Amino acid sequence: MADKLHFDLVSPERRVFAGEVDMVVVPGSEGDFGVLANHAPFMSTIRTGAISVHSGNDVSRTFIRGGFAEVTAAGLTILAEEAIDLADVNAEDVSKSLAEAREDLGQARDDEERHEAEARIEKFQALLSELSH
Amino acid sequence: MASLKELKNRINSVESTKKITKAMQMVAAAKLRKAQEAAEAARPYAERMAAVMANLSSAMEGPDAPRLLVGTGKDDVHLLVVATADRGLCGGFNTNIARLARERVAALVGAGKTVKILTVGKKGYEALKRLHKDKIVDTVELKDVKSIDGSTAAMIGDKIRTLFEAGEFDVCEVVSSEFVSVISQKPRAQTLIPARDAIDETVERPDLKGAIYSYEPDEESILEVLLPRYVDTVILSALLENAAGEMGAKMAAMDSATRNAGELIDKLNLEYNRSRQAKITKELIEIISGAEAV
Repeated sequence: MADKLHFDLVSPERRVFAGEVDMVVVPGSEGDFGVLANHAPFMSTIRTGAISVHSGNDVSRTFIRGGFAEVTAAGLTILAEEAIDLADVNAEDVSKSLAEAREDLGQARDDEERHEAEARIEKFQALLSELSH
Repeated sequence: MASLKELKNRINSVESTKKITKAMQMVAAAKLRKAQEAAEAARPYAERMAAVMANLSSAMEGPDAPRLLVGTGKDDVHLLVVATADRGLCGGFNTNIARLARERVAALVGAGKTVKILTVGKKGYEALKRLHKDKIVDTVELKDVKSIDGSTAAMIGDKIRTLFEAGEFDVCEVVSSEFVSVISQKPRAQTLIPARDAIDETVERPDLKGAIYSYEPDEESILEVLLPRYVDTVILSALLENAAGEMGAKMAAMDSATRNAGELIDKLNLEYNRSRQAKITKELIEIISGAEAV
């Protein structure tokens, strides 16, 4: 096997993942891109979606929201505002949360609450569509 | 000398104080562990963020650079964000932060700058309002916040950015406490805006070895997304370190209060026993001399 890529995934609350992997596919804001070892220095913002981490024959997928990716000689770093391991959630819970968020949107009293509910709906919808893959 | 009953009451009251301070110390110790973990868990993100910002800011030059990064080109109006705890009983923790804030205000005013203050946490407001009430533009209280997370920081970050975009200040500094260790917290002031100066203070410029970054979409758009987030990150780590420091200071303060109470109880007990013995001796003497007289 060729060189390994050092991959860090950090969210403001904690370091979600750190280790050596083969490849990471990242949903960049201008299209998905894969990062292998020895990638040229590169920086991109990220759209809400799932990253796939390939290590040997294993592929693990993590849902991330908001953030950006940086590739340096040292490896790939993704700073995400939120990271959820797709193995940890199931479609049913997400649908339930989505329904709750929709309900909140209906009951929103001011713009702030409305924006907050809309952001949640957007997030859960994206999460749901990633889960169905 | 106080009567026996009075002494007994004193001892009882000091004993219950000791129980309270002991309980507070244990609560603080438990909370400290959690706060410390949170502060440490947030560190990688803040470090990576600073490193990325350092990379980006060295690439951004010229008049088009965002103002959050390079500042307004003036440094007439300073905004001090003073972050303290919401509760007292933690030794000199809040006092130290407030003292540093007052020193900064004095230094800046002395240099002919205008100073505005945004306090985070009730104790900071209370400590500063006496001298600098006219300078305080906004206050944020943390008592409704159960656990400090990204949304708390974003709320404060929003306030700061709104003020900045309205041209209310040119330079922003955060005064908070650095969590050195459980027994040592050091107040510090760090620059937040312009972000470039802040980065120069904290991070070494990475050696890119002539590598040229490619950006997607482009530097400006990335910076636009990144800068607000950077502000939030700095505030979040300041708040988390503050929370850990507060608990550390509270633990130390309550520990010494417990020990003081223990010493006081020992002294009072000694005094109590002594006066009890004196009383018994006095009674004996009275009885004996009474018997002799017969």
